[in-house]
This record gives sequence, C-alpha cells and structure tokens, in this order.
Amino acid sequence: MFVATHNGPQFVCGQAPPGDGPMGQRGTYAIKVIAFDELKTDYKNPIDQCGTLNPLVLRDYCIHGLFCVMFLCASEMLTLVLNLPLLVYHVWRYANRPVMSCHGLYDPTTIMNADILAYCQKESWCKLAFYLLSFFYYLYSMIYVLVSY
Amino acid sequence: MDSSRSQQPYRNGPTYNFVQPSPAQPASSAPFDFSQGAISTNGCPSSAPGRVPVVSCSENVHISADYNTCSRTAVRKPLPSPCIHPAFPTAPTLAVQTAVTKHLPPVYASRPHSMNESLRSQAPCTLTSPSYPMFEPSSNWQNTEKLYRHQDDLKAAHYGLRSTPSQTPSAYGQQASCFSTFPNSKYEPIAAQHGGVSGIPNTNAQYQLSEPSTLQQDACLSYNHQTGLGLADADYQDGSSPTSLSSSGDSESDGSTTTESPDPAAYDTLEGGTEPVSSGIERPMQKASGASHIATSGWQGHSSLPPGYLNTGSSTPCAPPVQVGPPITNLTGSLTTLGLQDRGVSSGTPGRTKFSGPVNLLQEGSVAPQQPVDLPQVALSHHLRKLNCNPEVMRCTLTAVPQSQALLSKAKLPLGLLLHPFKDLSQLPVITSSVIVRCRTCRTYINPFVTFMDQRRWKCNLCSRLNEVPEEFMFNPVTRNYGEPQKRPEVQNATVEFVAPSEYMLRPPQAAVYLFVLDVTYSAIESGYLQQVCAVLLENLDRLPGDSRTRIGFLTFDGSVHFYKLQQGLTQPHMLVVSDVDDMFLPTPDGLLVNLQENKEIVQELLQALPATVTQLCDTRCAFGPALRAAHLLMAAVGGRVTVFLSQLPSLGVGVLHPREDPNRRSDSQNILHLGPATDFYKRLALECSGQQIAVDLFVLGNQYMDIASLSCLSRYSSGAVYYYPGYHHIHCPIQVKRLRADLHRYLTRKIGFEAVMRIRCTTGLSVHTFHGNLFVRSTDLLSLPNVNPDAGFAVQISVEDSLSNCNTASFQAALLYTSSKGDRRIRVHTLCLPVVTSLSDVYDGADVQAVTCLLANMAVDRAVSSNLSDARAALVNAVHDSLSSFRSTTSNLQQAGLTAPSTLRLFPLYILALLKQTAFRVAISTRLDERVFMMLCIKALPLAHLLPALHPDLFRVDKLSEQPSLMINERIVPQPPMLPLSSQHLHLDGVYLLDSGFELYLWVGRNCSSSFLRDVLGMPNYFSLSPNMSQLPELQSTASQQLQTFIAWLREKRPFYVPLHVIKDDSSERKRILQHMVEDRSESAPTYYDFLVQIQTHVCK
Repeated sequence: MFVATHNGPQFVCGQAPPGDGPMGQRGTYAIKVIAFDELKTDYKNPIDQCGTLNPLVLRDYCIHGLFCVMFLCASEMLTLVLNLPLLVYHVWRYANRPVMSCHGLYDPTTIMNADILAYCQKESWCKLAFYLLSFFYYLYSMIYVLVSY
Repeated sequence: MDSSRSQQPYRNGPTYNFVQPSPAQPASSAPFDFSQGAISTNGCPSSAPGRVPVVSCSENVHISADYNTCSRTAVRKPLPSPCIHPAFPTAPTLAVQTAVTKHLPPVYASRPHSMNESLRSQAPCTLTSPSYPMFEPSSNWQNTEKLYRHQDDLKAAHYGLRSTPSQTPSAYGQQASCFSTFPNSKYEPIAAQHGGVSGIPNTNAQYQLSEPSTLQQDACLSYNHQTGLGLADADYQDGSSPTSLSSSGDSESDGSTTTESPDPAAYDTLEGGTEPVSSGIERPMQKASGASHIATSGWQGHSSLPPGYLNTGSSTPCAPPVQVGPPITNLTGSLTTLGLQDRGVSSGTPGRTKFSGPVNLLQEGSVAPQQPVDLPQVALSHHLRKLNCNPEVMRCTLTAVPQSQALLSKAKLPLGLLLHPFKDLSQLPVITSSVIVRCRTCRTYINPFVTFMDQRRWKCNLCSRLNEVPEEFMFNPVTRNYGEPQKRPEVQNATVEFVAPSEYMLRPPQAAVYLFVLDVTYSAIESGYLQQVCAVLLENLDRLPGDSRTRIGFLTFDGSVHFYKLQQGLTQPHMLVVSDVDDMFLPTPDGLLVNLQENKEIVQELLQALPATVTQLCDTRCAFGPALRAAHLLMAAVGGRVTVFLSQLPSLGVGVLHPREDPNRRSDSQNILHLGPATDFYKRLALECSGQQIAVDLFVLGNQYMDIASLSCLSRYSSGAVYYYPGYHHIHCPIQVKRLRADLHRYLTRKIGFEAVMRIRCTTGLSVHTFHGNLFVRSTDLLSLPNVNPDAGFAVQISVEDSLSNCNTASFQAALLYTSSKGDRRIRVHTLCLPVVTSLSDVYDGADVQAVTCLLANMAVDRAVSSNLSDARAALVNAVHDSLSSFRSTTSNLQQAGLTAPSTLRLFPLYILALLKQTAFRVAISTRLDERVFMMLCIKALPLAHLLPALHPDLFRVDKLSEQPSLMINERIVPQPPMLPLSSQHLHLDGVYLLDSGFELYLWVGRNCSSSFLRDVLGMPNYFSLSPNMSQLPELQSTASQQLQTFIAWLREKRPFYVPLHVIKDDSSERKRILQHMVEDRSESAPTYYDFLVQIQTHVCK
C-alpha cells in the first residue's frame, strides 16, 4: 500500500532531467524573486527583465503539468490532489495573460505598476515555498520507499 | 427612431424622456453623418488585389509594378529628365548648392562652455567677479538686472492698469523677454508688437532663453487671433522677479498679496461676478473677496432658494420633487426669475468667508459651481505658499499629505499628482550655470523648500541630508552679491530650467528629426486629407521647431511602401517603391531623411506635387505595419518624431487588424468588449521606438471602425499623441477638415523636447506607485519619453510607505531632462511642497476634488482595460461611498440624517456621476467603441485643465451677455456669464445656451429666443430660417455678436486643440447631443443627481 503510494515521487525523481526537476523549478523561482527585486530596486530595464523571465514561464508550467500527468500515471492521488490547485491556477493565469505574441506572462509596459510588481513578487515567493515544501515531501517519500523495500 | 440611429452613429439613444421634438431633421444634414461620405474601401474601380496599378506615363510607378514580382530590390527610379513623372511635371529650377556638408556642429558637449566664453566677451555689462559668471548668460545680464530694477515699476504699471489697461501687454512683454529672448528673428515682430523688446540685444539668443519661448508658442497657438501672450499661460506670468513668483491659485486668502502678484490674466480666481463691464480690471481689490466668494456662492444661493428636488416645502414654482428631468415645455418664465434672483443673492454677499464645515448634500440642492472652482488652500506659511509650484503644472489630489498609510487608507481618497510638466510658460527662469546643485544622496535639485542651515550648508527637503553649498553657488548673479545663496533664482522659483552640461548627455544632443508617414490607400485619397496635410505642412515648414540641423523625411504607403529621396543635387524628388512588405528594408542608405534648410526647395516641391501624384494610385490594401517598420529603420540611428496618418484598418503585412466592433452591441449595458489591444505588435514596436528615442504620433481619420485600442499602443508607449477625426471627408465633413488643419498647425509649430526622461522624486517615505499617461516606465520613478510636447499631461499615484512623522512638509519634484529643438540639453524642474497632517479632518479639508476626480478617472480607465467596464464603474461609485462613509465616521458626533460631505468634496458625487455618464464610461447608450477608447486615451494623456470640461461640461447662458460681468483680458473684454447646473431645468425656451464639453461647443438656441439675438448674432430673420447644422457664427458688427464671438474665442484659447462649434436648434434631433451632457438628469443607465445622492446615502448610512 505504502509502496504503491510513494512509488510516484521516486519515479519522478529518478526520471526528471537534472536541473529541470523540482530543483530546477526552485531555481527558476529563485531567479524570478531576484529578478523582481532587481526591477524594484531599479537595476534593470523592464524590457530586458521581461525578456529573460518570459521564456521561463511556460517551461515551468509544462514541467509542473508533466509532473501532474506522471502522478496520475502512477495513481498518486494524494500528491496529485496537492498539486491540482496549482495546476488550475497555472491554467487560469496563462489564460488571462496580457495580449502577447511571444510566450510568457510579463508585459514590460505594466510590470512597473507597483500593484502588479508586488503581485508577481508575492506569487514567486509563494511558489518558491510550495516547490521547496513539495521537494522535501518527495524526498521523504523516496527515502520512505527505499527504506520500506 | 432605430433607423435614424443606425444611420447616425454619433447619436445616442434618447437620453431624456422628453416630448418627442417636432420634425426630426433629415439624417443627411447631421455634421457627423457618415452615410453621405459613403467611402467604400473596397470600391476601388480598377485594381485587382495584389497588383500595383500601372499608371500610364509614369515610368516610376510602372517599374514598381514589374518589380512587384522580384523581391529584394528596391526600384530606384532616377526619373531621367526627359521622362516626366506626372507628379513632378517639370524639372525644377533648383539652385545647385554646394555638396551637403553632413558634419554636425562641433563637439556638443563643450557648447555651454564655449558659449559662455563667447557670451562673456559679448556681454555688455562688466562682470566684476569673473569666477562666478555662471548664471544667466549673455545679454540677459543686463536684462535681468533691468528686470529686477523694474520690478517696482511693474507693480506701478499694474496698479496703473485700472486707468490704462493698454500698458499690460508691454509690461509683460518685457518681463517675458528678460528671461526669454526670441530664438528666431521671425518671432520678433510678434514680440515687438506686444512687448517692444526688439531693442534687446539678441546675440546667441538660441542658448539663452527658454527656447521657443511662450510668445512663440502662443503665436502658434492662436488659430484665429493675434493676441500674443496666450491666455492658456497667462496666469503664470505674474510676479516677474523670482521673489514674487507666485502661483495664481494661492493668493486668495490674504489681501496683501494683491500687491505681489498683480496679474490681470489670472481671471479664474479673481472674478467675483459682480463687476460691470466698465470696471473690468478692478481686480487687486476683488481678488481676496472674490475667490472665497466663488467657493460659496453656489451653495448659498441654492440654500436660500431650494431647487426643484429639495425636500423642504417650497413655494417657488419649480418642478415637484418626484419629477426629475421635466419636459422642457414645463419650464416657465418664473424659473428664469429664479435664476436671476439666484445670481442676485449670490452677488449680494461678495465678502463671505470660505465655508469649511461639512455640507449636507441632500439639502444642498444643486452644488454645481457658478464660477470656476477654486483650489483648496495649501496650509503652508504665506511665504512658502507663494513660492510653491503653479497648480497648473503640478497639482496634488490631497493638498495636505496624510502622515501614514493608515491615515491615507482611512481617508479613502487617492493620493497622487497631476502633472503638466512641459506646459508653455511665459515666465520661466532659465539658468546656465557650471554647477547644478543637487543633493548628494537623492539627487534632488536645489529648490525653494530646502533649508539653509548656515551660509555653507543646506538641508535637502526630500531626504534631510546636509549638503555643502558649492563655491559658485554663493554668488548671486541677480544682486551680484557674494554670500547670498538663498537669493539665487533656483531657490526663489519652484519652476526653473537649467541648461545642462555634458554630464547630462549620453550622446551628443540629437537634431530635430521629423518623419511623416502618409496613408495613400484608396480610401485615404478619397477622403482628401492629403491636400490639407500637405498645405498645412507647406505653410509651416519654416516654423517647425529646430535649428540648422533639422531633418525631414516622407514615407507613403498603400499596398507597398514608398520612400522619397530628397537629397540635394537631385532635380526632383525620387520615389522609391518597396513592395516586399514582409521583409522591410531601406532602398537607399541616404537621402531619405534630409536636412530641411539645405533641401527646402525639393521638400516644398514634393509637398506640392504629392497630392496629385498619389491620386494615380488606387490600392485598397494598407501595409501599415511594414510602413512603420520602415519608419523605425529610417529613424533608428537618430531618433525623433514620426507622424503617422492612417485612414483604414491595416490589412497587409505585420500588424494586420480586423474589425472587432459589433455595431449591435454599442449600447450594451453589461460588458463592453475589446477595450484592450488585439495584437501586441504595436506595443512591441512602440517599445523598440522608445528605446531608440523615436516617438510616434498618430492621426486617425477613418470613417469605419479603426481599432484605436490596438493602434494607440504605438503612441501610448512611445510618448506620442493620438488625434482622431471620425468620418473625415474633405467635402462631407468640413468640421473635421477644420479640426485637422487647426490641430496640425498647432502640432507642427508647438515646442518639442527630444530624448527626454522624467523623474519624479518624493520625500522619503512616499513612493510613486503607478504612472498614467503616454509614457514608458523604465524604472520605479523614471519615465522614458522619446518626445515630450507641451500638451501632454501625466498622472502618478503615490503611496505612503513609511510614516512621515519626522517631517512637517512633504515635497515632490518632477525633473524633466530633454533636448530642445535647438540642440541643447535642458532640465526643467518643478517642485511642490505640501504640509503633512495627522488628522483625518485635515486630510479632507485639503482634498482637491477636481484632481481627485481626474486621478480616479485615470485609475478607472486602467481598471476598465484590465478588467471590465462595469468593474470600473463600480469602483468609481465605491470611491464616493467609501470616502463619504469614512468622513461620516469621523464626524460621528454630528450624526445628521442627511448625507454629509466635507466642503472640499461637495462636488465629488456630482463629478463622479458626470464621469459615469461620460463617453468613456457610460453604458446603455450607443457609443462607438473607437469613440469610447479615444476618450479613455484622452483621460490618460490630457492635462487636468484640458480634461476638466470633458468630465464636467460648462453651461452658460449667452443671450444676455451684455448684462453679465466681464473681464479685460489682453485688451479684449470677455464676458463672464455664470455657469449653470447641468440640468435641463435650466434650459429655458427663450434662452440661448453655450455648452462647453471640452472637445466640442454646442450653442443651443431655444425656440422662443429673442428675435434680436437671432438677428444680431446668428444673422437670421427668425427661428425657422435657422439652418439645423450651422457650425460657425457669422461675423456681424453688433455688440452681442462680438461679445459672443469673444467669449467663444476665449474658451477655445484655453485648449491646444480646435474645438468645433455646433449650433443646435431646440426642436432638432441633434438636441440629444447637448442633452446627453446634462449630467444632473436621468439617463438610460445612470440616475439623476438627487437619486444618486440618495443611493449613496443609503449605502453610507448602512
């Protein structure tokens, strides 16, 4: 029972390409947090900053989607349920993005509005925390699986 | 009804439940009628799609047809002299000049210094202290000195005004000229005419002065008059010397200021409404009492004479309370007497002090002001208030800054600034100094609100840092005394302009570069705009701001993009056609942007020939995006201004747009779609342009849906301007032709600043939150403005981040760094200082209701675009609810039954209601999407003074102007009729009314209006012979006619754009256009003013 439950995370950790797994995502969000802070403290031009951040967005969403699919394949319902709200949020967020021809979420003309900047920054912090927690959860699950073998 | 509505897209649904007027006018007579224009974009007779039409005998175009097939070659057709292009029939006799010397003037960075050298040598006065010659260069030494010496004389002159008003202009001319001589000899005649300054030595003028000094601007501004000093700026030209530079709105409280700021043109604060014509200029005395009287007269008048919907039992014969928006036929003559009595009462008590307690709005009746609303008084010491920034340049929504964010959020009012930073000013101290004194920490420029700790140190008012006073700054060039840094002009004026040294340049200052991108598709040619544009451009070619380096270029586009090679040495312009619209390139490396001075003949020739040439083309496709790409390529190296004319939706290449508006849903009351852009192509292009210091100004002329929401992104992020002429046609729509000509004239000749950035600094603890306007925000407080023009306004929201408990005043400084058209780098600095308060009631007492409304309108536009329109409307209503209920909670001990509001926010519900009925935010009334989006753009980009009448129009009764008080302004007697509340109750059938809605003027002629008015003013024998679509008043010799003409001209002068006049008969169907502005009446989607108040009350008292 337990083995079955925790099989998924182990599978994920084993399969995900290095750097693009949960670790990679955390990296992405660390970059984002830093980037928004840079914007706030006036170090970088918003056009350049959006240019570097926008390609990361869809990649992040795809990886997360892939995880969810893999959890589903491994019938990891608990993990899937934990991840589902974020998946829904991603879909909603991407559907409501500004009109853009390239991929991404961040529009250099509106990103400097204090409200939007604060929102993006808060979002990045929250997701960083979520991925960090889920990483430890996956790690715990993997060790649990290894130990129970 | 339905059919007429569909034929007339400009009409709105019936706004009022009036008795249907007698015979509806034929639809075709409407000024905005589109049915007659009938310009079909697909009606091109000959051209098959995808083919460039072959025009006979034009080898030029002929080749372009061939080359339609071969892709990456530009057709360069040098038009051999035997081959005569139809556009350029004869080889012009172009005087062969020497080869174009492309050299730029030597090392720009060193200019100010070298100039100083030269000036020093030329300066007629002896400089006693050669190490401190840095202040105002030049011959102005002498003038400045003269100025300060003449200060007393000027005062005397002002006092003398009463007897000899003709002295005014000359006095002002001198003042203005002291700081700003005329850059260009062609303006001197005007100057001489007004100020007699031609005797002032004028060497090196282009460096010394506030560049296209306002006189120049005003000469351009005046479309149909020659008044010299423009009224739009006139109330800034008060105290001539730095010591008495005071903003006109500030001085109403103390009678003593009248000696200090004797500006006869500050008409809006000084007029008490009682003087007869003959005493037109008796203002120094009136000023103190008049302004405070203005604030209360409406209130007082109505409280004594309750209007129709007042609850108190009233015996006055007005409409019963339940009947709002009564049929116009019900209005009786007794109301006229009421109106007159009204005035009588208010004028009887001119000396009333300012009412400051809370106001019960429900018992108040109509609060609409009779006079322009005065600004709340800044609670600063008299000295600081006098030094403060002109409120027309910078205005804060709360003139008392709350100390903490908690207090601000309790007040529920937005904190923000409304800026008009590049406004034409007639009195602007320009300072050339080797040292620009700034705070070392926060880089604030020294300003009147810093504190001098001792002779050698000053304390920054923004960050409280102690700074050293540099040695040069100790010398005061005005008094030529050493050791008086407090008397320097920087410290005496809240608005100053520095000529910046080379540290403020990233590259040599750019030359003025103008590129015109003209639409020559079939529909554009059909509308006939090109003749007008070319004609106006030809007239104003010499007046384009610039110096000897000015460059100009032209581009036209239909299905392909046409370049014009104008280089010197050519005998006639060469047209180069690039039809590879998918991959735009420049057909020739040079000769497309040419020096205007050296190639004037060939440019003129092109402009003369262009309208005729393009009639040969009849391509219905519109490669707008590729043309913009070409313009970007052409300008990328230098930066400058791109002026784009467009008359149909782009249909080829990048940036294609499709019609998105569903005409059947124009009057939807739920969600209005497509307020945002359809594609981000224009936004990305604008950002690229912005990076290369290119601004794109857009003139949209289409009579179809033009998708302004998408197109406007071009201008919005490149700090351009958008002009919209719906239904433009040279025959069917003469009003639009007139508008285009007048606007274009102003556009071409107004001042311009290139490669500008603006930074807004606030006292530590405050921070800029959001920016509104046509700009790109490059960092938290830095705005990138490739071009800045004098008609652009900005708004910023400010948040309180840290408590301001350790300071008594909060300051805001807007610094605009730009390159003038003369090629020098300048910094214009405006500083505003406001008191910090700790109590909520003080915050309310300092609220500036007009600024609050404008800022809320800006925020609502953002909300409407990012979310939807109903959200924005709800947010506006909530703003009233919240602020009034929080005010109620502060005055809980009062606990009245009614709806109380602070006296400063008396007009708040009225303004918000007006906003809800404004074109941008109204629902359930048929509104074209373009019109709505354009109005939203205007809200964001216009300065407050130009926007206000569009938010809350002004209504005047104008058939008895001779009985009204009047003012002497620039030697003209301008009648000042009181403003009427915007309710159809006040439209009497025997009256004639003028409604100023900001963008249009409506003259409403009542059915029973006096025949003398018809005869003397309209030149008609009786009411029935009045043409229903009159748009101009005849020039008649009668007094009444001249008075009305003067009044209308005066209203028009206040705005930089042309305001067309429509004469509307009471019984015509056009009447709806005036009635839709009656904001106090019921409309389809919004209640009457009284009902609105009741709604608020129920909400507030919950």
